Amino acid sequence: MSGKQKKNLVRILIAAALTGGMHFVPVSGVVRFLIYLGIYLFIGYDILRKAFLGIRNRQPLDENLLMSVATVGAFALALYRGTGDYTEAIAVMLFYQIGEWFQSYAVGKSRRNITELMNIAPDTANIENENGQIEPVDPEDVDVGAVIVVQPGERVPIDGVILSGSSSLDTSALTGESMPRDVREGDEILSGCINQSGVLRVRTTKAFGESTASRVMEMIEDASSRKSRSENFISRFARVYTPAVVYAALALGILPPLILLILGRDAAWGVWIYRALTFLVISCPCALVVSIPLSFFAGIGGAGRQGILIKGSNYLEALSETSTAVFDKTGTLTKGVFQVTDVHPEGMSAEELLLLCAQAERYSVHPIAVSLREACPSDHGEYTVEDVRETAGHGVTARVNGKTVTVGNGRHLKQAGVGSAPDREIETAGTILHAAVDGRYAGYLVISDVIKPNSVQTIRELKRIGLETVMLTGDGKAAADAVAGKLGISHVYSELLPQDKVSRVEKLMAERGDGKGKVAFVGDGLNDAPVLARADVGIAMGAMGSDAAIEAADLVLMDDDPMKLVTAVRIARKCMRIVKENTWGAILIKLACLLLGALGITNMWAAIFADVGVMVLAVLNAIRCLFIGPARPGGK
Amino acid sequence: MRKTYQIEVDCANCANKMENAACGVPGVKEATVNFMALKMKVEFDEGADPAAVMEEVRKQCKRVESDCEIYL
Repeated sequence: MSGKQKKNLVRILIAAALTGGMHFVPVSGVVRFLIYLGIYLFIGYDILRKAFLGIRNRQPLDENLLMSVATVGAFALALYRGTGDYTEAIAVMLFYQIGEWFQSYAVGKSRRNITELMNIAPDTANIENENGQIEPVDPEDVDVGAVIVVQPGERVPIDGVILSGSSSLDTSALTGESMPRDVREGDEILSGCINQSGVLRVRTTKAFGESTASRVMEMIEDASSRKSRSENFISRFARVYTPAVVYAALALGILPPLILLILGRDAAWGVWIYRALTFLVISCPCALVVSIPLSFFAGIGGAGRQGILIKGSNYLEALSETSTAVFDKTGTLTKGVFQVTDVHPEGMSAEELLLLCAQAERYSVHPIAVSLREACPSDHGEYTVEDVRETAGHGVTARVNGKTVTVGNGRHLKQAGVGSAPDREIETAGTILHAAVDGRYAGYLVISDVIKPNSVQTIRELKRIGLETVMLTGDGKAAADAVAGKLGISHVYSELLPQDKVSRVEKLMAERGDGKGKVAFVGDGLNDAPVLARADVGIAMGAMGSDAAIEAADLVLMDDDPMKLVTAVRIARKCMRIVKENTWGAILIKLACLLLGALGITNMWAAIFADVGVMVLAVLNAIRCLFIGPARPGGK
Repeated sequence: MRKTYQIEVDCANCANKMENAACGVPGVKEATVNFMALKMKVEFDEGADPAAVMEEVRKQCKRVESDCEIYL
């Protein structure tokens, strides 16, 4: 609670106590009037002052003036009628102040909560000076290339490379992923992660402001500057609504009595003016103008906590309307690294074949050789590898433990004099690697890109929540169809160049047309920046630390789990549902109260309850956006 | 040129009013007020002097919302 809030709370309590107490004090006439006037001024002086300033600055139509007119009017009516019932004016002012206080408290509290959640950039960095001493400094002052020390339990302030030390990092602030990541000397390290175990010396590679943590925070704060259609609707609505209600109130206060006068009946000025004042009390659009931006802010903040960065309320809105999710294959649905997925030996065990091939490829730097070596990481026994001859693009021949091992494509084996076996066609999605030992065909290995563990569930969940899925890839048809088949994606477009991907997405967008849902494109941000920019919602995945992807995308999934996309869609939809509930709930309740007020069914007490109550409900509802959980594989 | 300023304002509607007021000041190309982050982002016209423009923005904002503050 800020000082201002405390002061106002005390003021509200005192005024409430005094008003209540006055019920039991038997005074009447002028004394009574003066005491009530005193309480009224005590609780409402700032509103009256602002209303006066508003008039002086020719900006009169705000809620301060509405409240002032309504309460002063109620006071005057009580005098005119001689009832001595001044409580109503004070109560209206009191409730209005309670509403304002609650709004300021709730908004302030959620603002602090959200910014604290997002506050992943520490205030100090421990810099190592020339004497090897450690001194804490403002991270803004740390030069690129300086050496900083991160103690266990501390947050990494600036992006860099580890010079010495090893540790496990908690990256959950950036990725929402709770599994710690092990790092050691030479590894890149991102700001915002928490160092869990060892002391790390880090050479910074970026300035503080350019580091991941600062950029993430800036992005979330900037997000609400890009306003959604709902928010624009509300500001336009508020601009029209308030004056409209004021004129309606004027009309209500003047026209019916005049008509009654003309008809020769009792004008009943008091009744109609009272109804007009009730109108004014209801007219404040606070519930709307507070809760809608709050919903978006909370939604974007809640998503950020789960490693989903949304660059604007408008993208949250677009994501909620997305009907088609277009995926890039490599690096998005698949890991983008090659692995041995199949071994078909002939005349030896699978293990032996794999081992011999890996040894033959021992000195090669080709990606396929790397994946072979990774498939059998441990050196089973001693192997001598000599006479290595590599034919670029074809394969390798080497002597492994005295055996001549030939590994490569069909042509390579033919050239090596192993003719017969590799001739037959093998139907598979990956790259095929044949092998021969001492001139005899020994079988083949299949090396292909592997599907990420959560991809299948992601596609299933997306279909369950009603999204169409499309896959685009530059790979050949066989490989693309195999992956799509496994994932259950119905539409596949293969052998696409980067520019083909753009035109394909454009075509999908044109097919969807207006109002039939938006097209989201999910890519790994490596070479699909143009598509990310062109799609209705461009989503970059696994973008931790990749500036280009963060720049081009509208939404950034900080780690490479495709399930995050389902979470993002859920958050967007739920957030938009809350926004709609608040918008229409508030408008309908207000209109209902206006109608009841005009007919004289409700009084000013009910009106102020409607105004403040709706706002409180709307604010509480908006805060729900912060707590939308992640989508888990397998659904609810 | 774009600059971001810390602001102080009580209600969301007042923030909207400040935004409208700031947009009307000569030299301001676009101004957005982020009520939740309590920040005002101003994009200035080519060749405008931010310091002078912001003085006027502050004055105009005070006119529509007497309780607001812009930390220049």
